[in-house]
Amino acid sequence: MNLWLWNLAEAVLMVGLAPLATALVKLFKARLQNRRGPSLLQSYRDLAKLFAKQPVLAEHASWIFRLAPYVIFAATALAAAIVPVILVAMPLTAAADVIALVALLALARFFTALAAMDVGTAFGGMGASREMTFAALSEPAMLMSIFVLSIAAHSTNLSAMIDTVLNSGLGLRPSLAFALAALVMVAIAETGRIPVDNPATHLELTMVHEAMILEYSGRYLALIEWANQIKLLLFATLLLNLFLPWGIAQDSSLVSVLIAAGAWLLKLLLLFALLSLFETWMAKMRIFRVPEYLGLAFLLAILGILSHYILEVGV
Amino acid sequence: MSGMSWALAALSAALTAFLAGILLSATPKHQRRLVCALLLLSALAALAAGLAGLLSAPGEVRLPIGLPWLAMHFRLDALGGFFLLVLGLLLGATALYSVGYLRQLGSQRNLTPLYIFLPLFVIGMQGVMLADDAYTFMVFWELMSVASYFLVTFEHEQDGHRKAGFLYLLMAHLGGMLILGGFAILYAAGGSFEFDAMRAAALTPLWASLAFLLAMSGFGMKAGMMPLHAWLPDAHPAAPSNVSALMSGIMIKVAIFGFLRMIWDLIGLQQAHWWWGGLVLVIGSTSAVGGILFALQQNELKRVLAYSSVENIGIIAIGLGLGMIFAHYNYPSLAALGLVAALYHSLNHAMFKGLLFMGAGAVMHGAHSCDMGQLGGLIRRMPRTAALFLIGCISISALPPFNGFVSEWLTFQAALMAPQLQGTLLSALIPFSAAMLALAGALAAACFVKVFGIVFQGTPRSPAAAEAREANAWMQIGMAIPAALCLLLGIFPAWMLPLIDAVPKALIHAELGASATGNAWLWLTPIAQERASYSPLIVLMALLLAGCTFLVIHYRYGKKRRTEPWSCGHPHLNPRMQYTAAAFSQPLRRIFSDLYQPQDKLLRSDHGHTLLVKRLRYQVHVQDLLWRHLYLPVKRFSEWLTQRIDWLHHRPIHGYLAFTFVTLLLLLGLLL
Repeated sequence: MNLWLWNLAEAVLMVGLAPLATALVKLFKARLQNRRGPSLLQSYRDLAKLFAKQPVLAEHASWIFRLAPYVIFAATALAAAIVPVILVAMPLTAAADVIALVALLALARFFTALAAMDVGTAFGGMGASREMTFAALSEPAMLMSIFVLSIAAHSTNLSAMIDTVLNSGLGLRPSLAFALAALVMVAIAETGRIPVDNPATHLELTMVHEAMILEYSGRYLALIEWANQIKLLLFATLLLNLFLPWGIAQDSSLVSVLIAAGAWLLKLLLLFALLSLFETWMAKMRIFRVPEYLGLAFLLAILGILSHYILEVGV
Repeated sequence: MSGMSWALAALSAALTAFLAGILLSATPKHQRRLVCALLLLSALAALAAGLAGLLSAPGEVRLPIGLPWLAMHFRLDALGGFFLLVLGLLLGATALYSVGYLRQLGSQRNLTPLYIFLPLFVIGMQGVMLADDAYTFMVFWELMSVASYFLVTFEHEQDGHRKAGFLYLLMAHLGGMLILGGFAILYAAGGSFEFDAMRAAALTPLWASLAFLLAMSGFGMKAGMMPLHAWLPDAHPAAPSNVSALMSGIMIKVAIFGFLRMIWDLIGLQQAHWWWGGLVLVIGSTSAVGGILFALQQNELKRVLAYSSVENIGIIAIGLGLGMIFAHYNYPSLAALGLVAALYHSLNHAMFKGLLFMGAGAVMHGAHSCDMGQLGGLIRRMPRTAALFLIGCISISALPPFNGFVSEWLTFQAALMAPQLQGTLLSALIPFSAAMLALAGALAAACFVKVFGIVFQGTPRSPAAAEAREANAWMQIGMAIPAALCLLLGIFPAWMLPLIDAVPKALIHAELGASATGNAWLWLTPIAQERASYSPLIVLMALLLAGCTFLVIHYRYGKKRRTEPWSCGHPHLNPRMQYTAAAFSQPLRRIFSDLYQPQDKLLRSDHGHTLLVKRLRYQVHVQDLLWRHLYLPVKRFSEWLTQRIDWLHHRPIHGYLAFTFVTLLLLLGLLL
């Protein structure tokens, strides 16, 4: 029972801190570009304002358009609750493993794309078409890169996988390097960052995700924005805790939890600083370079699995 | 009543439906009601028989019909029982759907051929599942093929439907011949048509492999595995929608049943080579990815669904192939997992594909077209059909908490739990097939976003779609049953798995680990708790919470402003500005252009200057790659061959008599 409470607390932490994480990346980027940047609380203020506003709907928007934000938010939040953040042993990881985690994100994407097709504008269709095309490559790449760890850990349960990485000294394996590279590439694509998509732009011809949610306003937009912020934090945490889990708490004593929380925050800060640096330094790709990029990620992930089977199992 | 009597009751109900179809042709209204009611009864009896077959010991019966020296053997075991259960579930829903569907169809044409061949088709499928000797099996198999040919060519005045029917008949018979060849080998080894003797027969490795290849290609042809799938995308859309639902939902599963019966049961996996499972795995992976890639490029609703059947058969084959590999390397409980995953996906596919084909029929009736370029915005005119169709789309895209996710999850578990096998080829093949499965799943989501988005959302692309009418109550009930089952099978897999577990128990004397079935009903743990577990109910609860929040907010703070959608300031937004079906899949067409080899054409006419455009027309056509590189060469070769032996056909009568005489002599020489 205690562990379930911990899990709930972690889920609330992830959902609650998500806007802050996005604001942090914005702030880092602004500083790198010699701007002052928004306050760290700006994301919360934006959300509060959107929630208070009366939503405006397109004339023939159907119930799917109105239901979608709730499904997107719920699926993303549930996915965030699955990922162990501070404690390794989380009971919810038994209810939904990594395959379910990927599928929950896919469910959110499915509804985002449907909502985009709902109103019948060209932007919506364009965004949905592009998003589903990219997802068709990034989703298997994500599954495959996580499977590298699953096969090593003989489990698809996230807690068990992190536990294996921590305790059985997987060390420096070529398969893990492939998997890490693939997952980083996928994470950038899935969270819609540069060089795949630009979260800051509303320039019609280059955007993917923003094109899909163009018709949303008020609390619907708030829910979708929030879900996106959760997704960024989720991918960051997943990357860190799967591949660099050191510091994460293996029991629920106060000291180890405090250490784990500190380690998590520190690692996040570093990762976000890297992300901001990268985004400042890179330009966005042309849209038809993205499939090549994602195809590369998929290939890397498959190479990871193959090298695991061929090089490492027999040893 | 025992399971066998339920099964015979199902057969006789279908037979009565056939008679009713003939006798009542003068009164179409009674004909329709009685045939549908009898088919419903047949479905319920099949359901009962299926449950009995799964739960109790096998029952046998001999009917004194058939060949003089061979009575018809019927046997109801766990394998046949499982497929009877699938048949019962979908046939029941389809029978209810047909009451409403055929009422509308009957206003346009005479339906008597449909009422005659539909029950025969059902009898054929049930008979195959019950057959216990090769003769009975083949008789019912051919009955199923021929009856479905007449159903495919039901609207025979359309040229395309006749062509589709011919191709179907050709391939069905070629497949039948191959299966017959497989039985011939088993007959030669066992000395009897009865399955018991065939089971006991020991084959030399060469003959066993030959029998496997014959059965694999024969049943693969019927199941629509790539590269033998060419008939499927033509034949399924040509049939009326209730028949398409049965063909895609059950008939291609009967081929999976035949595959299991012949290879897992009669030849027996103890005689299997390692490459058998590898071949099934390769063909499964090819079908899964190839099927969905071609489904994405179709612009006709029923063709999309037909190609997606190829994909799902591929997923089933991946499970079967994994099972065969594990059985060969002596991991019985993993083999059971692969088989159970394949069977569960068979059941799930029957439910959601049946639902989607019925939905396509409702769209066809409501908006008079299945061309996605003519549809759009149907969610406003046909809200219930849209909601049910959406459930089908989510299920087939393997998203939680619906059923498609559970079976793909089980297949992934089987692939991931592969221990180190001898031979690096297989060690590489298994993760590769897992990758293909993941790719197919993601592409399926893209495909069904396209289908639902273009057909049901946006604004109507034609006047007929703007005037679409909602399906009638019978059709809605028929669709609601599989939709409800999609959800139930997704949430309570732990209740279904112990039932399915009887099949591997009977076939390979292995079952899932005790944790799979002995655990609390909330959890799905196919191997062990620490390896992998999934609890659909928790996922469902999270989503229900979201739904309830939506409803509360919707009714309490429902005040919203409606306005025009934003269109970059362009004043008149019209339906032609929406993305079309071809536009939606354009990025994928570009990425996989080597595979699609799209042929596009831009036709333009202008007022004397290139800038004064009068009309622009863009056409793109994607042809099945295998059609050009496999089927057309075969066609050309057989034409060449027939031309070479053409002179044989221009003999006078004594020439033919001489041929007959020589043939007789040769046969006598062979026999003596």
